[in-house]
Amino acid sequence: MQFKSQAVSKPYFIAALGLFVAQILFGLIMGLQYVMGDFLFPHIPFNVARMVHTNALIVWLLMGFMGAAYYLVPEESETELFSPKLAIALFWIFLVAAALTVVGYLLVPYATLAKMTGNDLIPTMGREFLEQPLPTKLGIVVVALAFLFNITMTVLKGRKTAINTVLLIGLWGLAIFFLFSFYNPDNVVRDKFYWWWVVHLWVEGVWELILGAILAFVLIKITGVDREVIEKWLYVIITLTLVTGIIGTGHHYYWIGTPEYWQWFGSIFSALEPIPFFAMTLFAFNMVNRRRREHPNKAATLWALGTGVMSFLGAGVWGFLHTLAPVNFYTHGTQITAAHGHMAFYGAYVMVVITMISYAMPLMRGRAANSNKAQVAEMWGFWLMTVAIVFITLFLTAAGILQVWLQRVSATPMSFMDAQAQVSMFYWMREWAGVIFLIGLIVYISSFFIPGEEKAKA
Amino acid sequence: MTAHARRHGHALAEYPPGDLAIWVFILAELLAFGVLFAAYAITRLKNLDLFNEMQLTLNRDAGALNTLLLITGSWFVARAVAAIKADRRHGAANFLLAGIASGFAFLVVKYFEYSAKFDAGISLDTNTFYMFYISLTMFHALHVVLGMVILGFVWNKARQGAYTAREHHGIETGASYWHMVDLVWIILFPLVYVMR
Repeated sequence: MQFKSQAVSKPYFIAALGLFVAQILFGLIMGLQYVMGDFLFPHIPFNVARMVHTNALIVWLLMGFMGAAYYLVPEESETELFSPKLAIALFWIFLVAAALTVVGYLLVPYATLAKMTGNDLIPTMGREFLEQPLPTKLGIVVVALAFLFNITMTVLKGRKTAINTVLLIGLWGLAIFFLFSFYNPDNVVRDKFYWWWVVHLWVEGVWELILGAILAFVLIKITGVDREVIEKWLYVIITLTLVTGIIGTGHHYYWIGTPEYWQWFGSIFSALEPIPFFAMTLFAFNMVNRRRREHPNKAATLWALGTGVMSFLGAGVWGFLHTLAPVNFYTHGTQITAAHGHMAFYGAYVMVVITMISYAMPLMRGRAANSNKAQVAEMWGFWLMTVAIVFITLFLTAAGILQVWLQRVSATPMSFMDAQAQVSMFYWMREWAGVIFLIGLIVYISSFFIPGEEKAKA
Repeated sequence: MTAHARRHGHALAEYPPGDLAIWVFILAELLAFGVLFAAYAITRLKNLDLFNEMQLTLNRDAGALNTLLLITGSWFVARAVAAIKADRRHGAANFLLAGIASGFAFLVVKYFEYSAKFDAGISLDTNTFYMFYISLTMFHALHVVLGMVILGFVWNKARQGAYTAREHHGIETGASYWHMVDLVWIILFPLVYVMR
């Protein structure tokens, strides 16, 4: 750690991992509810478990991005953070707001929560992933603006690098597109149209810039390859991302009441979206192969390579599977989507945040890298979670294909619930893969408690 | 010359000309246009009568004029590269400016062409042919704009004397991109305006 203020990212990383655990626990609960419909009813109904599962994911990734930015920006800018105190204050505000929101979800029926929190003033609730009550949404905006102020001021007073620029564009884009969560037109077509401006333009737009910047930073640190080379790759990747991803939003506009040309725009541009992810895979492997030093933190290298591979598979390949309009006509909103969602979020965003944590945490704890024993445990966590997510994805894909066939393609289509009953075996297998994932997560977290240090070799 | 070549004192001639990153970008762009052209061709086969009928409503003269303008622009840009290789720095900057001017003239022609169509009430929703016509030409026109921005950036550096006969990597990079914009139009024009 080169600058004292980088240490503010530590609580962000710890809280992120805490929420990660919560996310997985609720995932397991709802996974079981797929096959045992009344499990934990009426205390935790499916819709609540789902909300906690997805919202916890989003919030912990945001925590991770913020933590990553607080670590990365001072080092790239070669100056202390503009205000470490502000960063710590924002951390507590964000954490308390997130905790209160989850408590609200769990204790009060959603409709009552909406009444209690002034949803009638500006109706924003009830939309998938953007279920947060109005005060939470406003809190997110305030925290995001103050965070951006802090980061931007740091960049402005220090060295300007391509990584900082790309990260800043990504983070500003994240905040700006979130504003569309306040725009909730009565017309349901418009509602969905702009809803995707948050959801799609986050994960297939600006978040990819954040991903690219974090990956580039860690790769510079662990490989020692020239900044010049790494930045060039970064520029190519983000250009490809924006060229394909922005118009690629059209792949959500096929069947929601928008004009037909979106079927063309969406199909063509989103079919090209795997390219930047493939470039990311090549980037990670190329840089590690051309490394000029043997960094003692092998685990961080593994996570970085894992991000390159799994984001391509999950976001690129599994996205392409159902992105063309004629295919999506059958697969829309089936378990194929769930399969893609799981591997894409894990492969791209979970893994890149853990890459950063894996690299930065040992340094913040005063060592170049964790002891060999701790790294071996961390790598066990990597493989258990990664293999588990591959199986979750495969089982959901199988469930999805079967569902599409029984419910939509067959000459005698089944009802939704009848088709669900037919695919329940795959849901059971998915649940067991989820248990393996949880075990992997426990092993991963336990690696933080194994003491000792691996010294940097000269 | 790449940083690599600079460090190791390699010879001047390099392939591909310009920065490798621009070639990754150019190939991605060509792929995107390739997919768009293929989609056009397949849809045309399915709606042959509509496409043949609608094609006659396009302004072929404007298209031909624009072809001429872009080819001229590419010639200017190629002259700029030749000029800087002969260390004629002023000449190179002026040729780049002429290339940008050709792009600007292309956009003016496009403006009149689009105005006529939009005034006639034509939009993306008119029919499949016009959906393709508007999307393909607009997408290409945006690339002309981007090409002009890149050339403008290179021109500004050239004007300040940043390039020499030995070091003109930037000009070749900009020129490579501009030729791509030109190349795409040379396929787009016959495909959409002429071929029956």
